Amino acid sequence: MRPNSRRIFGLARKETWQIVRDPSSIIIAAFLPLTLLFLFGYGVTFDPRHYDIGLVVEQPTPETGSFTASLINSSYFQVETARHLQDLEDKMVAGELKGIVVLRADFSRQAFRGDTAPLQILVDGTDANTAELIRSYVQALWASWLRQELLSNGVDFRPPIVLEPRLWFNPEASSKNYLVPGSVAIIMTMIGALLTALVVAREWERGTMEALLTTPIGRWELLLGKLAPYFVLGMISMVLSVATAIWLFEVPFRGSFLLLAMISAVFMWASLGLGLFISTISPNQLIAAQISILSAFLPAFYFSNFVFEIDSMPVALQWVSYIVPAKYFVSTLQTLFLVGNVPELIALDTAVIGLIGLVFFGLTVRKTRMRLE
Amino acid sequence: MTKPLIDIRGVSKRFGAAMAPAVKGLSTTIGPGKITGLVGPDGSGKTTLLRMMAGLLLPDEGTISVGGHDTRESAASLRRDIAYMPQRFGLYEDLSVLENLRLYADLRDLSKSERENRFKLLLRFTGLEAFTGRLAGRLSGGMKQKLGLACALVTTPKLLLLDEPSVGVDPISRKELWRMTLELAGQGIGIVWSTAYLDEAEKCTDVLLMSGGKLLYQGAPANLTKRVEGQTFAIRNIQTDRRAVLANLMGYDHILDGDIRGHNVHFLVETGGASPLLLDQLGAGKGAHVVATEPRFEDAFIALLGGAASGRSPFMDRSERPHNGDDTVIDAAALTRKFGDFVAADQVSFQVNRGQVFGLIGPNGAGKSTTFKMLCGLLKPTSGTARVAGLDLRNAPSMVRGRIGYMAQGFSLYGDLSVQQNLDFFAGVYGLSGKHAKMAVARMIEIFALQDYLTTRSIELSLGYKRRLALACSVMHEPDILFLDEPTSGVDPKTRREFWGHINALVTRGVTIIVTTHFLDEAEYCDRVALINLGKIIAAGEPDTLKAEVRTAELSNPSLEDAFIAIIERAAQEVAA
Repeated sequence: MRPNSRRIFGLARKETWQIVRDPSSIIIAAFLPLTLLFLFGYGVTFDPRHYDIGLVVEQPTPETGSFTASLINSSYFQVETARHLQDLEDKMVAGELKGIVVLRADFSRQAFRGDTAPLQILVDGTDANTAELIRSYVQALWASWLRQELLSNGVDFRPPIVLEPRLWFNPEASSKNYLVPGSVAIIMTMIGALLTALVVAREWERGTMEALLTTPIGRWELLLGKLAPYFVLGMISMVLSVATAIWLFEVPFRGSFLLLAMISAVFMWASLGLGLFISTISPNQLIAAQISILSAFLPAFYFSNFVFEIDSMPVALQWVSYIVPAKYFVSTLQTLFLVGNVPELIALDTAVIGLIGLVFFGLTVRKTRMRLE
Repeated sequence: MTKPLIDIRGVSKRFGAAMAPAVKGLSTTIGPGKITGLVGPDGSGKTTLLRMMAGLLLPDEGTISVGGHDTRESAASLRRDIAYMPQRFGLYEDLSVLENLRLYADLRDLSKSERENRFKLLLRFTGLEAFTGRLAGRLSGGMKQKLGLACALVTTPKLLLLDEPSVGVDPISRKELWRMTLELAGQGIGIVWSTAYLDEAEKCTDVLLMSGGKLLYQGAPANLTKRVEGQTFAIRNIQTDRRAVLANLMGYDHILDGDIRGHNVHFLVETGGASPLLLDQLGAGKGAHVVATEPRFEDAFIALLGGAASGRSPFMDRSERPHNGDDTVIDAAALTRKFGDFVAADQVSFQVNRGQVFGLIGPNGAGKSTTFKMLCGLLKPTSGTARVAGLDLRNAPSMVRGRIGYMAQGFSLYGDLSVQQNLDFFAGVYGLSGKHAKMAVARMIEIFALQDYLTTRSIELSLGYKRRLALACSVMHEPDILFLDEPTSGVDPKTRREFWGHINALVTRGVTIIVTTHFLDEAEYCDRVALINLGKIIAAGEPDTLKAEVRTAELSNPSLEDAFIAIIERAAQEVAA
């Protein structure tokens, strides 16, 4: 039977009315993206900010004074000083201090000899990431302070290698710049999968599907009529997210908007495909919501290089990441935002996302019930 | 003989290997241009058969063809010829009346030019012209049903399938639906109407009577009714408690069925078992006499199914404290409840004495449930007072609330818990523990014959068993007062008889019952009823008195439903005048 455009448009119009009148779809399509963006734009950051540390100066000298000043003046630390380690230990135990730097009584004597370390760093290893950051910052500060001191004393100190880091693509090294594009992918996954899964499950739950299936509607008409409005909704939400990212969060965008629109459309279709597939296997809205959170949102979050580094995961989990479309989309989005058009990379990502979408659709078309069982 | 519209050949359907088949080896034909009633007890396979006719389910064995289209082979052409209205009408509640119509017109590919006339016709036909812009979710039950019908009829089908179209719909809307359906049949459309209401079945041209997935009878309902001619009687002028009389009567083996209709007790005897009853043994008092009555379709139905559950309710035999006295137990004084501008209950006043059955009757949305909730202390009245056992339940101590039993409308048990777990849970809720709880639960299992279902998840029970379990959960703590909200809505007569057998037994022991219902046969069991319409009590009294009020020359033996419709129409005229 040839698909009939009147039926498809009729169904699409009905879905549109339902979207417009149902506050929950507006919340998912507009409120959720903005919340997530604000969360990742303002709330979550991996940039270091003022760690509270303690500083023990056992024997104040001009050198300790100068080192203390360089610690305090750095933008990384909030420093609390004391004369004895015992004074600060309790605060470290209580979690108020993330680390303690101890300048021994013989600091001035040992400082320029270069063979032994005149200072000790104690860090709270509970949060390994923070601990490592504090250690390396203190170490870097120490190295630069030492160089300054030697130079001002007229000693020509020449370390074997001088590091002059240059950060490409994200010169401010701001985590916002890669978190915000990444969150756009998460948002689109949610809209595609969650919203679609919910609306189809709702039809079954309310008994309207039963009436729908006794009309002459065909499988393709049903799928197209249902998907089209959500595709549009998802793309609107995408524009909203990207606009917010660029104008509000001032994330640079160096690629082409046309490419962005194209790959977003392909990603949207994969996401909708997943949503439809979930809806065909869920008997009610509650289960549909649970499955879509578990199978769309969480994988998109964990396996997309968005927050968690895939390269540092066990090999088995790395394999899992290959079937998560969000992984490819995040990579493309970060490229488009921060690098620009990299045709080979984007083409590959798009192809893989399209393929995953095709698999979900194939499954959905096969699984879509035109009867009650 | 015209060609049959539906041809069903050797059809069987089973859900899951462990379950009994829903339909087994059924063959029949259904002709065009008439209304065929599909009746049978709850769980007899009505809905399954209807869904197979609609092509929504495929038979495991056998074939069904509609208008020459096989439901398996040519589903697409089948769907152009049929219209189907599912149990909840298949409407989109967040779409307006017109938008719902437009959607179904699109789905059935009705051209723009034809559409205007068709919509006009359908809206006039259903009386929905004034409500085209209203969201379907805001319509009353009766209006939803009409809109569901209009949506099914956007193109004229050859076959119209209606699955329990009148469940949850008030008598006036039911009457109108019937009028509309008759008109459609007159146009040559074949109609299959599945129903649990036998008064509807009685009006059909033909009925298919199913039980346990098999066809027990097919033909004109009058022919079936004729089979029990001479077997139906009534005991009139009963001077004692008619509930006790009925219970005694049901103790006889040759009595197939008995029920209370107003002041009288009707009964059905076995074929050839018309032996004269010894009235004094029934304890009906001097002056009581037995007269032969016209059989009704319901009598024939129950006879065909082998009679109602006989015997006495085990509640009858228990020798616990009877709750005696004539004091007023429930007192509603000018109860009023407003929701914004809308007055859901307006100055509702009535009293119920101990050991009485009181019925609140009215169409959907009339204010029955609102009144009920105020009595139970679930809803705060805007003005007026509700006193139960002399106390306002909203701030009564839990000890007082423990004297109340409440059976909510619909399914209010824990669907994922087994029958046993639900019973244990409610025993705990009512403060029974240890030996007391065990005894109460065991007694409920025995009384309601739940033994075979203890480990079944309660959501999987049939409707009749769900209602039994719900009743068991609300009476296990032996309440003095029992609130029943639409207790047997959608349940077949056999199950309803059994249900009321238990209720009657409780009443005989002094329990006070207050019941809401839109199902008028149920109201016959009440000592007194109050008719509620648009939030107000428009009539109150004994069922027989209300019936007598509307007796006219052409309506010599009005049913409570006739009385109800007449009184509401009269009230509407007064408002208009």
